[in-house]
Amino acid sequence: MGASYASAGVLISQLSYLEIRKMSTQRVLLQGNEACVRGALAAGCSFYAGYPITPSTEIMENMARELPRWGGTFIQMEDEIAALGAVIGASLAGTKSMTATSGPGFSVMQEQIGFACMAEVPCVIVDVMRGGPSTGLPTQPSQSDVMQARWGTHGDHPIIALAPSSVYECFDLTVEAFNLAERYRTPVMVITDAVVGQMREAVALPSAGLQIEQRRQPTVPPDQFVPYEDSGDGVPTMPAFGNGYRYHVTGLCHDVNGFPTTRSDEVDFLIRRLSSKVSQASDRLQWYDCWHENSETMVIAYGCVARSALRAVREVRERGLDVGLMKLKVLWPFMDASVTRVLQNCHSVLVPEMNLGQISREVERVNQGRCKVVTLNKVDGRVLTPQEIVRKLQEMHS
Amino acid sequence: MKHNEPLIWKYLRPRKKMPTIWCSGCGIGIFMQSLIRAIDRIGYSKDDVVLVSGIGCSSRIPVYLDFNALHTTHGRALTFATGMKLAKPRLKVITIMGDGDAVAIGGNHIIHAARRNIEISAFVINNQVYGMTGGQCSPTTPHQMKTTTSPYGNIEPAFDISRLVEAAGAAFVARATVYHTPLLDKIIEAALQKKGFAMVEVIAQCVTYSGRWLGLTSPAEMMKWQRDNSVRVEAAKELTETELAGKIVIGVLTDRERPTYDEEYRRLCAEESKI
Repeated sequence: MGASYASAGVLISQLSYLEIRKMSTQRVLLQGNEACVRGALAAGCSFYAGYPITPSTEIMENMARELPRWGGTFIQMEDEIAALGAVIGASLAGTKSMTATSGPGFSVMQEQIGFACMAEVPCVIVDVMRGGPSTGLPTQPSQSDVMQARWGTHGDHPIIALAPSSVYECFDLTVEAFNLAERYRTPVMVITDAVVGQMREAVALPSAGLQIEQRRQPTVPPDQFVPYEDSGDGVPTMPAFGNGYRYHVTGLCHDVNGFPTTRSDEVDFLIRRLSSKVSQASDRLQWYDCWHENSETMVIAYGCVARSALRAVREVRERGLDVGLMKLKVLWPFMDASVTRVLQNCHSVLVPEMNLGQISREVERVNQGRCKVVTLNKVDGRVLTPQEIVRKLQEMHS
Repeated sequence: MKHNEPLIWKYLRPRKKMPTIWCSGCGIGIFMQSLIRAIDRIGYSKDDVVLVSGIGCSSRIPVYLDFNALHTTHGRALTFATGMKLAKPRLKVITIMGDGDAVAIGGNHIIHAARRNIEISAFVINNQVYGMTGGQCSPTTPHQMKTTTSPYGNIEPAFDISRLVEAAGAAFVARATVYHTPLLDKIIEAALQKKGFAMVEVIAQCVTYSGRWLGLTSPAEMMKWQRDNSVRVEAAKELTETELAGKIVIGVLTDRERPTYDEEYRRLCAEESKI
């Protein structure tokens, strides 16, 4: 894990401080979706707009209960397009904002995700995956939105997507999602599934010491402010609307002043800057857990499947097989560097997924034919079990 | 328009992108001037005003005016405006949309913004056609009018934007044309100061497309058409349905007091934070 809550610098907004004080360091029984809410509030989120959809609705319900008590804003919108529109509007007004949804709603949101990428508006979107396509399997888990998260909206654009596999990680990675959204001025997705989102685990949440990123503000007066100027690392500063910096925000290709342009040099600069600010961040975003890293066979898994995979790895190791596990916490930008390193020391890799092969293609791309990549795909709405992974690993070693 | 010069210098962006994208004779510029005059009379600080627009010719207004400006996705201006207003209630949030923007692709959002009665001033520039994409049929294109997507005549009835928004619950609904600028000025000023959702339907000419389809080839002809086909709401009360057919009823159509979403939410917060 790249970031740590042990950091000394505590920068927590007053709003979230109240919430954090309430948080006990004792273990509490929490649902994954509830943990996302705790994480969001701890990160300083004070605006939620949403539209109910199974299996993400508990996030919305918890926000509806919590936010009015702390002076935050909750609104139920007329659809998911409206939900993300309101989130982007609130974020431009200077408020950390989020929404949550599942497959069908995530599809509907893609238009606004593209806007947030293009206009560089920080926001967090939790997608609790269920079976698809279309209405699919509303109450059952899948991992079939991985590519939609990456390429669901049109055009070349940057995406950061994090994948928790436990209730604690739902908290942890939601906090990080806000940090990354603010740091890189881009929408950040937390991709969970019906298992991780709805299961309950006993967790001890940190009561203080969270490192919280705040939006960088311009250091120049309004008349010298250039809203989309590269401030050195590809990420422009971002004053809130109403604070004296009257700039123009658009989903059209724009020049550094924020005005629509079709000039090829200006368009090229913009599109390349948008993508490179996130790909450059990839060095910081190598977040994964490894068990028995230098094994002959590695399993690469994420989300609820990573839980089954860990159990499976323990079982086959007891039977003498040399198998390890790499659990991904970041799906996008794909962790090329870390996956390459892990693959260099093994002979074969198993990628179990609850889809027909989405991350396995990334693994194959990074692998470049060096070791054998085996897939195990399940799309029947049931969880990939440890037994199924054990069987596959035994097949691979027979 | 000598008397407008100071206002232009005050409200057009210092690094303004000129010329505008609008065709000569377009009605949108007349509305833009009217909006500037109303804002100036009320005396809002430029820092407190946010213009939120959708996609279309009229939605380019925020490029030219020196306010906080948000040019959003097609039909969605009101959703961004809703988040903006709730997150920072002191802002004066104004949305500018076209007819296709507001009641075709954005139809769901306008009825819900009106139902919530959220404090946003919404201006719908109705030129009865999709101008930016080249003169296609919109939900307000008159029945039987030929456009590029209704080459044999429009078989659909037209939406009455004002009645739709009134029925959905808006606190303030008015209609004016860009011909009747003194009325337009007054209506915009009233809409901006209304507590709650205030919608103004602004009938404007698209000379390039709807003018061509209607057989009116000059801006002046189109504005005369606005003059000759408009009836003040006070006079309309005396007329029968048949007499009003094809007429544009102008004036304040609805002005009522209803609790706003903003007030209700703040009340709820105050009550819940006491617990």
